[in-house]
Amino acid sequence: MPDEHTTSGADTSGAGRPGVTGDTGDTGTVRDTGDIGDADARADGPGRTAPSRRALLGWGGAGLALGAAAAGGTAVALRGDVAGTAGAGTAVPFHGPHQAGIATPVQDRLHFAAFDVTTKDRAELVALLKEWTAAARLMTAGRPVGEGGFGGLPEAPPDDTGEALGLAASRLTLTVGFGPGLFAKDRFGLAGRRPDALVDLEPFPGDNLDRARSGGDLCVQACADDPQVAVHAIRQLARIGFGRTAVRWSQLGFGKTSSTTPEAQTPRNMMGFKDGTRNIAGTDTAALGRHVWAAARDGSPWMAGGSYLVARRIRMNIETWDRTSLQEQEDIFGRDKGEGAPVGRSNEHDEPFLPAMKPDAHVRLAHPDSNGGARLLRRGYSFTDGTDGLGRLDAGLFFLAYQRDPRTGFIPVQRRLARQDGLNEYIQHVGSAVFAVPPGVRDASDWWGRTLFS
Amino acid sequence: MRPSVRPLLAATAVVTALTTLSACAEKGSAKGGEGTVRVEAKDTACEVSAKEFAAGKVSLEVENKGSKVTEVYVLFPDDRIVTERENIGPGTKATITAEIKPGDYAIACKPGMTGDGIRQQVKVTGKGAAAKRSPEQDAAVAAYRSYVLAQAEETLPRARAFAAAVKSGNLAAAQQAYAPSRIGWERTEPVAESFGDIDPKVDVRADGLEKGQTWTGWHRLEKALWQDKKIGPEEKKLADTLVADLTVWQKKVGFAEITPTSMANGAKELLDEVASGKVTGEEERYSHTDLVDFKANLEGAEKSYQLLKPVAAKNDPALAKNLDARFAALNALLDTYRADKNSYVFTSYDKVAPDRRKELSDGVNALAEPLSKLAAAVVK
Repeated sequence: MPDEHTTSGADTSGAGRPGVTGDTGDTGTVRDTGDIGDADARADGPGRTAPSRRALLGWGGAGLALGAAAAGGTAVALRGDVAGTAGAGTAVPFHGPHQAGIATPVQDRLHFAAFDVTTKDRAELVALLKEWTAAARLMTAGRPVGEGGFGGLPEAPPDDTGEALGLAASRLTLTVGFGPGLFAKDRFGLAGRRPDALVDLEPFPGDNLDRARSGGDLCVQACADDPQVAVHAIRQLARIGFGRTAVRWSQLGFGKTSSTTPEAQTPRNMMGFKDGTRNIAGTDTAALGRHVWAAARDGSPWMAGGSYLVARRIRMNIETWDRTSLQEQEDIFGRDKGEGAPVGRSNEHDEPFLPAMKPDAHVRLAHPDSNGGARLLRRGYSFTDGTDGLGRLDAGLFFLAYQRDPRTGFIPVQRRLARQDGLNEYIQHVGSAVFAVPPGVRDASDWWGRTLFS
Repeated sequence: MRPSVRPLLAATAVVTALTTLSACAEKGSAKGGEGTVRVEAKDTACEVSAKEFAAGKVSLEVENKGSKVTEVYVLFPDDRIVTERENIGPGTKATITAEIKPGDYAIACKPGMTGDGIRQQVKVTGKGAAAKRSPEQDAAVAAYRSYVLAQAEETLPRARAFAAAVKSGNLAAAQQAYAPSRIGWERTEPVAESFGDIDPKVDVRADGLEKGQTWTGWHRLEKALWQDKKIGPEEKKLADTLVADLTVWQKKVGFAEITPTSMANGAKELLDEVASGKVTGEEERYSHTDLVDFKANLEGAEKSYQLLKPVAAKNDPALAKNLDARFAALNALLDTYRADKNSYVFTSYDKVAPDRRKELSDGVNALAEPLSKLAAAVVK
């Protein structure tokens, strides 16, 4: 479901970037120095001094950054992992009524992991969630886990693996979710607590799901402006979990494809189109309350303040898309490629006039007006997992959408898209998962999942 | 073997031990005097002229007054060999000289050249004695050393049987004898690997060869037996070489410097072996007998753990409880791959589907992570 919004690779720039032209071949002149200032600002985050130049080491951004550097200009190279958001090095508060990482302004990078719970013991599972919470509390504050990464007993491996030492908190958020399997009968005594909204997603037409990239009893979404910080976080949690959980699958993402900050420039997806123009803003409390946060009266009081996450790995047929004429590309999306304006309009944020679009245009089909007002908070990322065995870029959109109830959110929208979307010729859903995302951790004595297990 | 050589028990330690004894076993000519200890080896006794003597160059003047061929050893408290002399016939004399540092030692006579021997505790005085370990720790190391020795001694006849099958040109028989000949080695691989020169000769894989290195050992024969399905004169020669190399290994075990920490780390490293070589199917890529190695690695790790458990359980009871459970779980999982729990015939690894390989990998991770904390629990 790459919708009417998008990504711009690692390179989410600040406002005023002149379209997509002049990106790589150009020298540093395209990038405004304001962004570079942001990069340096990372180093001023609390708790850590960030060697801001290590930006060059990141993956997603690295190719771009190094390419740019080769084109001339270290200033350009720096742009590789600039957040485009002020205060990229700062910490996002971990405690609150909702988990961070949903309404939080979208960070640049993602490491998402789905876990199988391998223990059969409910007490072990609860202990794990408490240990994870403690580790997440430290890491989101920019600190190592346990006793740290060095200086302990020489005979023991360090508690923290160390690759994030010296890096800023990088707005790391860790968001946990519970998959349907956790509520299975005769497993952890949670069968009666499965929310009605946590449905097993139906097979949609065109799905080609890989079981090894789908499902999971638990998930953790790690978002940060520094890829190494996000990967470090998942790695620590996976390590703490050994014996109780096993990583089922994980996905790295770069170049946020949806923005929850409408004032910032809308990112572009791997198809080159702006994505997420009409996303729910993280500051729009009314829309969040209506479309994103679950309420006690929805049927599962333990989920009050939580949300439901649908994750879909959407592979794009990059090479065939690239051979598609501009006219057809724009018809398929229902927006123009340069500005992102809806068909017949001149500005990106102009209200779309749906009847002007082709009946199978993506924006038209995904628009709330076509779906009884259904809205999702999208938080997806682009991914590129190298190339497949046939020399094709294994790339696409890792779609993440938060909603109050998938039965009125993702499912009806996807039914419509799967049936009619003109994009279907160029995309394929290859991974799928759904999770109940519990409410936030309130304070230092609280833990992920307390309302479910207590 | 691991592709990267990272010996747990520093190979240098072995070299030191070997030089220390300077192998100055000069026959006859007992001169007596300063630094000389007389040893009377009998069938039921091992008498020494002094139980305390000064550090430095020490000569043991041995006289075999018994009726059996004997051996005389000087041993560290954990049974590591300081110096030794084999094949001292009845009525003959031998002088063993060695540079001995201050500390506690045992002098052992082994009439018939078997068993732990008849022992005399001696004290070597002087400055700079090595730090003492607790008796429990020394006992754990000594027990582990004798386990490693037993594995080496068990391996030799199996390796000879394997070599005989290869030399007879019987492909099926050679294939059958291959995996069992590796079990003892795999159980004690970290110690075996510490003798840096043996591992590359007996357990190297094609991708682990250095430039100019001739490929010898088990995996070279594995390829011949399963992939080429051919036994030629070269293979027959290599079978003998394998036995010769393993004989050297067996002789060296007594000199290996083993510590409680290296035992604990060795247990973890055996799981590393499983994680990086067996679960991936790389180790036995032609024969697909990876699960036999897997089981042997696991048994060796569990042996180390069991010997250290009295110390570890005292220092970190939660860890010991966790390890007990994880060892049991992984053993149970492995048992699903063999019909008979007393046999070492396991499912061929090429028949293990990817999702079941992941299950094995998850089981290894579940054990290896807490096992990485054993060393710290032992030295606490």
